[in-house]
Amino acid sequence: MTTAISQEVTYLEAISQALDEEMSRDERVFLLGEDIGPYGGAFRVTEGFQKKFGDWRVLDTPLAESGFVGAAIGAAMMGMRPVVEMQFADFISCAFDQITEVAAKNHYRWGAAVPMVIRAPYGGGIHGGPFHSVCPEAWFFHTPGLKLVAPSTPYDAKGLLKAAIRDNNPVIYFEHKFLYRRAKEVLPEEDYIVPIGKADVKRTGRDISLITYGAMVPLALEAAEILEKEAIDLEVVDLRTLLPLDQEAILESVRKTSKVIVLHEATKTGGIGAEISALISEYCFDHLDGPILRIAAPDTPVPYSPPLEEFFLPKVDDVLRAARQLATY
Amino acid sequence: MSMDIERRESPEDRRQPFSKVSKADYLQLYYYLFLTRTLEDRVTALYRQGRIVGGVYTSHGMEAISVGYAYALEAGDVIAPMHRDMGAFLIRGMKPKEILAQYLGKRTGPTKGKDANVHMGDLKRGIFAFVSHLADNLPLATGAALAFKIRGQSQVVVANTGDGGTSRGDFHEALNFAAVRKLPVVFFCCNNQYAYSTPLELQMGTPDVVDRAKAYGIPSEIIDGNDVAVVYVTAQRVIKHAREGHGPSFIECKTMRMHGHAEHDSAKYVPKELLEEWKRKDPILKVEHALKTMGYADESVLMEIQERVKKEIDTAVEFAEESPLPEGPETLEGVYAETLEEVHV
Ligand SMILES: Cc1ncc(C[n+]2csc(CCOP(=O)(O)OP(=O)(O)O)c2C)c(N)n1
Repeated sequence: MTTAISQEVTYLEAISQALDEEMSRDERVFLLGEDIGPYGGAFRVTEGFQKKFGDWRVLDTPLAESGFVGAAIGAAMMGMRPVVEMQFADFISCAFDQITEVAAKNHYRWGAAVPMVIRAPYGGGIHGGPFHSVCPEAWFFHTPGLKLVAPSTPYDAKGLLKAAIRDNNPVIYFEHKFLYRRAKEVLPEEDYIVPIGKADVKRTGRDISLITYGAMVPLALEAAEILEKEAIDLEVVDLRTLLPLDQEAILESVRKTSKVIVLHEATKTGGIGAEISALISEYCFDHLDGPILRIAAPDTPVPYSPPLEEFFLPKVDDVLRAARQLATY
Repeated sequence: MSMDIERRESPEDRRQPFSKVSKADYLQLYYYLFLTRTLEDRVTALYRQGRIVGGVYTSHGMEAISVGYAYALEAGDVIAPMHRDMGAFLIRGMKPKEILAQYLGKRTGPTKGKDANVHMGDLKRGIFAFVSHLADNLPLATGAALAFKIRGQSQVVVANTGDGGTSRGDFHEALNFAAVRKLPVVFFCCNNQYAYSTPLELQMGTPDVVDRAKAYGIPSEIIDGNDVAVVYVTAQRVIKHAREGHGPSFIECKTMRMHGHAEHDSAKYVPKELLEEWKRKDPILKVEHALKTMGYADESVLMEIQERVKKEIDTAVEFAEESPLPEGPETLEGVYAETLEEVHV
């Protein structure tokens, strides 16, 4: 044990640490993406990596998402463990075909595993406008063969990225840009992973289950503090993994509280919240004491101007309102 | 449309390809050409009898391309094939009985009934499975080549595409990446003049596909895709080039699709004269003529090979027909990988 004072680590630093440690641990791990080499990536996640690991383990690619995701798939099949950086999650649409048609189906079709991670910096709240703010997880949620993770804390960010790199399947790792420098905590010194497929109850409560993930988790916890003063005890379930969904954790919480709010930043129609609502009504109907409420962004692209984006994103007030409504049942 | 092969034909290989191929190799190439033709003809016959559940795409009349390039590869190399590459599957070690089982949707096929016809692969034999979305396999080929390069290995990847596939973005993204990183990959293109019903002049604004490769700074050549010796000798040379670290090449093989796009397609849109012209250039006729001219084989030697192939295919059909179909619940297996398969490299 060292006596050094433990330092708080940001969500972004936690991601860097995970990459650094996994690259040091396993020489099959390599990085590819746009401007990740000498420049260190648009968000500086891989600053200094190329110096440390060399030009052929940190590769700047041409601006061609389908091409470099495809290259990652090919390398993964040859026993490498590529970690692809999307500069912004929005651009993942250019690689949609390689992800859904090739990576996701490969093992099912002919038994060839694709151990690949795609890091997707996603989400709004940073005035990115329609092309730099999207929450695209639902596009991939409907694709068997993929795994999707979306951490909300530095601890989970580090542990889930390590788990994703060690996983033998294609994993899309949704890292929320709003949390990059805002979420901070002290991390364990030793190596750890957060298992894929396990949700985490971030706050236990008796009255209402709030099921959420990503940047909505801190918002939910903030709402829970306020509601506590009104004697409404919120349980906050952080999904952490979106695919495969931890159904048991969701159902267990609902069986306890009998009331549910599903909260996500992505737009409402056909979102992950819809699937969670369906699951609960299918398997937990008898336990419910009220309607399953969904809080999500409206069905529009993410707008740019501050009052518009403010209107678009789910807010603490939305949670308060929904919780108060459910408390009356 | 430009079919003037001589115009841009590159080096010395073209003039006397025969002399660069040993008798043993030549006979082996003939065997694989004939095996490919016979296997696909049998698949077509089974299709017409309604015994094949899905579609059938053949390389009829274009067999020299996949046979020629695959024969130039070594163990440990990798192919990223297109849908008319049966010869390459066979040379990489896929057995006719496995292939027929695949067509019949049997559990004994390489995908255990999960996927259809030419969508089969096996990492141990260095075969990436064909992906329907044309050109999707080309970025994969660059990735495999990148893995070899990162690990300092001398293996090479060959990817093949049709002329139509070269219009997809993934074709361009793959060629560009391979060029920038000087990857050990060779791109072949079977220019069979049609993509389904669409002729070349509606596919691209350049007379030849190599013009596309040139834009990426990749050395390219146009060759006669119906001459297996030409394809083989060219492939040997550019594969060596890639293996020695000099980067990618692009080879356009002029050929003709002699059947419909798939067996359901009568291909009425293809002028009869064009087919007649190319029938005279049939790759099997060409080799038979060459073998006889060189004094490598007479009619009886050829007959012997043909008989051997026919027996092999008969046995394979029997195996496939007797093989069990998968059970319904096997649908649920294999969506996710539990353990990473050991790769042959
Ligand atoms: C991306 C994509 N679009 C459409 C198709 C349907 N399709 C299958 S083969 C084919 C024509 C392919 O032409 P080409 O690449 O020239 O190869 P050929 O069949 O002529 O050998 C088409 C349109 C496909 N497989 N993939």
